[in-house]
Amino acid sequence: MKTDEILNKIIESVLDQNEDAVDKSVEAALAADIDPMVIINDGLTVSLKKVGDLFAEEILFLPELIYCGEITTNVMKKIESRLKSESDVTKKGMVLIATVQGDVHDIGKNLVTLLTGASGYEVVDMGKDVKATKILDKINEIEPDIVMLSSLLSTTMPAQKDTIQTIVEAGIRDKVKIMVGGAPVTRAWAEEIGADGYAEDASAAVIEADRIMGFE
Amino acid sequence: MYIVGELINTSRKSVGKAVLAEDITAVQQLAKDQAKAGASYIDVNAGTFVGREPAYLKWLVQTVQEAVDLPCALDSPDPEAIEAAMELHRGIPMINSISLEKSRYENLIPIVRNSEFKVVALCMSDKGMPETLDDRMKIADELINKLMQNGVKIENIFVDPLVQPLSVDNSFGMEFINTVETIHENFKGIHTVCGLSNISYGLPNRKFLNQTFIAMAISKGLDGAIMNPLDTKMMANIIAAETLAGRDPYCMNYLKSHRAGIFNV
Repeated sequence: MKTDEILNKIIESVLDQNEDAVDKSVEAALAADIDPMVIINDGLTVSLKKVGDLFAEEILFLPELIYCGEITTNVMKKIESRLKSESDVTKKGMVLIATVQGDVHDIGKNLVTLLTGASGYEVVDMGKDVKATKILDKINEIEPDIVMLSSLLSTTMPAQKDTIQTIVEAGIRDKVKIMVGGAPVTRAWAEEIGADGYAEDASAAVIEADRIMGFE
Repeated sequence: MYIVGELINTSRKSVGKAVLAEDITAVQQLAKDQAKAGASYIDVNAGTFVGREPAYLKWLVQTVQEAVDLPCALDSPDPEAIEAAMELHRGIPMINSISLEKSRYENLIPIVRNSEFKVVALCMSDKGMPETLDDRMKIADELINKLMQNGVKIENIFVDPLVQPLSVDNSFGMEFINTVETIHENFKGIHTVCGLSNISYGLPNRKFLNQTFIAMAISKGLDGAIMNPLDTKMMANIIAAETLAGRDPYCMNYLKSHRAGIFNV
């Protein structure tokens, strides 16, 4: 089979939500010596973009989005473990993600973690109800490219602002890009508090991250 | 069944606009429609007016109770807002809601202490949202006991076990329903209530899931719902489910509803 055919088979299998077929087609791709980065970028990531589009059109629904995210994450791990001995897979960038202080909602945040991870980012998830100072410490420790802050409540949106303020006061605002999201969050709010990016849902978050990182 | 009509919430765009414009007619129409449809409480929520919530909540209570002879469910974590609303609230309100989250608990416990208020006790703590029966019962046990130690009568407590979306984990429906059953077994005389539409989040044809889910929960003892009472199919479902659950002696309410045309939906 040609490279294009194998990659199409991967994409088709993800869209069919057929984990076995995804595994088999990725095996076939590796056996055919296709560059693993090509498998990830032109196979898995393309699949997830399509899944995200279908989700936005309400043709696919949340459980299917989650399942597709899990399928691609699992197969991505397999590809990576294969490669440990050879050259490491190049990640698109590092993302630090957290639900802000006072907010214990993490369904949306977990979905963003899943999809950005499955799209080739290294994602460090700090969980929920995370203090601004802790986020700052983590930024200093791992130096991520993007910090994503989630808030599901209008009452915890100010904690997004406070977190950005903490990063500004620490003098490292120009070292990271910041994205905000969550049900009550709007682009206007993102602009008001000085975030670099905003996304309405998880698949849009991947596209926004790519835009910020210059992968458009 | 206690029906808490949820429509007067400023996070709904049309309501937010009406409240901002102090459109008394629009707000009162919503109150009247919900009362006519069978609501037992009219929920009022002015949470989007950060900093001005007390004044707006008070205005909502006044406006609603001018139009209908029903108590309100005061939907706020802010004790100042609730106190402001209480200045002119007639009858016994429902406080929606207290939880084990530290700030929410500490803010609201002085308000409900030794009162006759109906209190929604939401199964949520600073440790996060409960997922299993055990998670929920741990919070429910502690919260119910604390409320009773503070002089809240068991029959005034409405435990909300917290509905989580089925789309995220297919065990979330039954974990909720089993909690309803366990709470009613362990605490005689208590009530359970929920905002049930979260069950179908992320799925199509949500009304089907919501209607079936509430029937399942009613069969295990659920006796309160925070919902849109104008959803006539849902209201008909609730009446039928209560009759099927054996909570409608001689099927009287079912037959009365039949004659009132409730099932012609």
